[in-house]
Amino acid sequence: MNLDIVIATLSATIKAGTPLLLATLGEIMAERAGILNLGLEGMMLVGALSGFIVCFLTSNPWVGLLVALASGAIIALIHAALTVTLRANQVVSGLAVTLFGTGLSGFLGKMVIGVPIPNYFTPIAIPGLVNIPFLGPILFRQDPLVYLSYLLVPLLAFWIYRTRPGLHLRAVGENPAAADALGVNVYGVRYLYTLIGGALAGMAGAYLSLAYTPVWIENMTAGRGWIAIALVIFATWDPFKALLGSYLFGLVDAVQFRLQAVGVAVPSFFLNMTPYLATIIVLIFATTETARRRIGAPAALGLPYEREEKS
Amino acid sequence: MVIKKRILFLTVLFVLLAFAVTSCAPATQTPTTTSPTQTVTPTPTEKKLKVVFIYVGPIGDGGWTYEHDQGRKMLEQEVPGVETTYVESVPEGADATKVIRDFAQKGYDVIITTSFGYMDPTIEVAKDFPNIIFLHCSGYKTAPNVGTYFGKIEEPRYLSGLVAGKMTKSNLIGYVAAYPIPEVIRGINAFTLGVRAVNPDAEVRVVWTNTWYDPAKERQAAEGLLDVGCDIIAQHQDTPGPQQAAEARGVYGIGYDSDMSKFAPKAVLTSPIWKWGVYYVDAIKRIKAGTWKTEQYWGGMKDGIVDLAPLASFVPDDVKKLVEDKKKEIMGGKFGIFDIFSGPLKDQSGQIRVEEGKKMTADEILNMKWFVEGVVGEIPPE
Repeated sequence: MNLDIVIATLSATIKAGTPLLLATLGEIMAERAGILNLGLEGMMLVGALSGFIVCFLTSNPWVGLLVALASGAIIALIHAALTVTLRANQVVSGLAVTLFGTGLSGFLGKMVIGVPIPNYFTPIAIPGLVNIPFLGPILFRQDPLVYLSYLLVPLLAFWIYRTRPGLHLRAVGENPAAADALGVNVYGVRYLYTLIGGALAGMAGAYLSLAYTPVWIENMTAGRGWIAIALVIFATWDPFKALLGSYLFGLVDAVQFRLQAVGVAVPSFFLNMTPYLATIIVLIFATTETARRRIGAPAALGLPYEREEKS
Repeated sequence: MVIKKRILFLTVLFVLLAFAVTSCAPATQTPTTTSPTQTVTPTPTEKKLKVVFIYVGPIGDGGWTYEHDQGRKMLEQEVPGVETTYVESVPEGADATKVIRDFAQKGYDVIITTSFGYMDPTIEVAKDFPNIIFLHCSGYKTAPNVGTYFGKIEEPRYLSGLVAGKMTKSNLIGYVAAYPIPEVIRGINAFTLGVRAVNPDAEVRVVWTNTWYDPAKERQAAEGLLDVGCDIIAQHQDTPGPQQAAEARGVYGIGYDSDMSKFAPKAVLTSPIWKWGVYYVDAIKRIKAGTWKTEQYWGGMKDGIVDLAPLASFVPDDVKKLVEDKKKEIMGGKFGIFDIFSGPLKDQSGQIRVEEGKKMTADEILNMKWFVEGVVGEIPPE
């Protein structure tokens, strides 16, 4: 393997990891607020389709992206309404939202099947940075959505750990009653971050339909939403580790296809399994109480919050 | 007060959801009946022939099921007095039995099951309904009222191999393949034999994705092939992902299922394509006329069920002529799938598998589990 192949492999790793990264970041934000969002896959599909349709109509992928963000958030609103206001079971609601999003996108997408879009996100080399040896062509010859994902990771980490709203967010996820007592609007925070999570899921879908494979076919996310949910645990609710985990998944495919292409037999099922295996191992540790405290699974994750009110 | 508010909220939400669900239900839940827009008015005594199609995927896959549905539409347009219905995304296995039986009981005259995994369910239900005709795609079991049908896609694949063999400069051709099953393997072999017929130095590199349709993954597989120097990307996948990868790198590709040039106009040289409608029209006409008998239909380019999409404008004239001449031979019956798979054929290790002067039988072709010489790649053990 020469250096070019290594660079190409790592560059492909980032491309494949980006939709996972965006969706994982979205899920982290929702779960940090205590809302488990299993509707991710449905939100990604709706985002992918709406972004695609709008880009088809306006030939502007940026407008498509905005619509994808908005439509992901709208679907997330259903989940938020069910789980925050009505205190419905988050697992059931999330599954319902995924089924709903899958069906809705499949139905509405019929009109744009096999339709090419005139304009989509293509890689843009960043002048200067792309000349950095080795890292330049890997990191800085990507499409704009990848650059956005680079920015989102430190931004969200800073937000979660270093700002007052981030503190409120964590408080709501850990102990909503205490947060409420401090005057934090628990319902408002949970709504907000569920919507942000939905918007990021929509963006993840749009990355597929507007940048990576600019086409609409039914169910084109092919289970990436579920991988992202597993990745949140792998990442222990931390944006930087989410980046690591997403790229790990991306790397597996990037490596195995290149090995196959030079005629090396790869145990592809085993390779495909490894990231999940890593997730399961992390999950096992994460479920013990002490580890749970150490790695920061939000204590109130999945629990509805009911304010004690006078009736 | 709080409870009342919550009930109100719930009701509103429920109504909204119910509305949303019912408005999309016909597409995913219940079968949709459509009739041709311009029907020839049937004579009052003539009963419409009711035909139902069972699909394994959504029509929205843009590939396999999409092409079957194009065939259904062609049937409605070309044969008067036919009413068609379809049901999407029916899982193979026990669920299929239920769905097929359901349509049989509803009084459909012809039931068309369009995936390999429907074979046993089709046979099982057909036993109980001797007056209904069943057509099953790609299987090998028949009954007096069950016929099978498939196409020799290897013929257009061979032709597309000729194009690839002529157009490659690096002599490395990438092939993004779905699953290591005989259908895919013999496609790769036919393609490779086409390539090597015009370019004995070229080799075909195979990458398995273990998916029928995941555009992002298939694109990635194609990029892997491009990174090791392949300059043409062929595929046995249902999405245009690999072609888009070829387009992005400024190299050529060969699509599949339907003409994929619309997705990658600068890359796609041609695509081997399915035209199921040709068979559906023919079979239903015979059923209407009462001349249909059980059969194992295996049509080739000559019959029209498979074809090669038009060559791109940037294919040089000598290559165009080469393909057209070979196509003429196929259409004239001088060349076909049995000539593609005729000796001497060597496997990857260089060992002779089919002696000179011998031809593989239909059975041998349909159950092929080895690569011909020129293919670089492994068939994973089962």
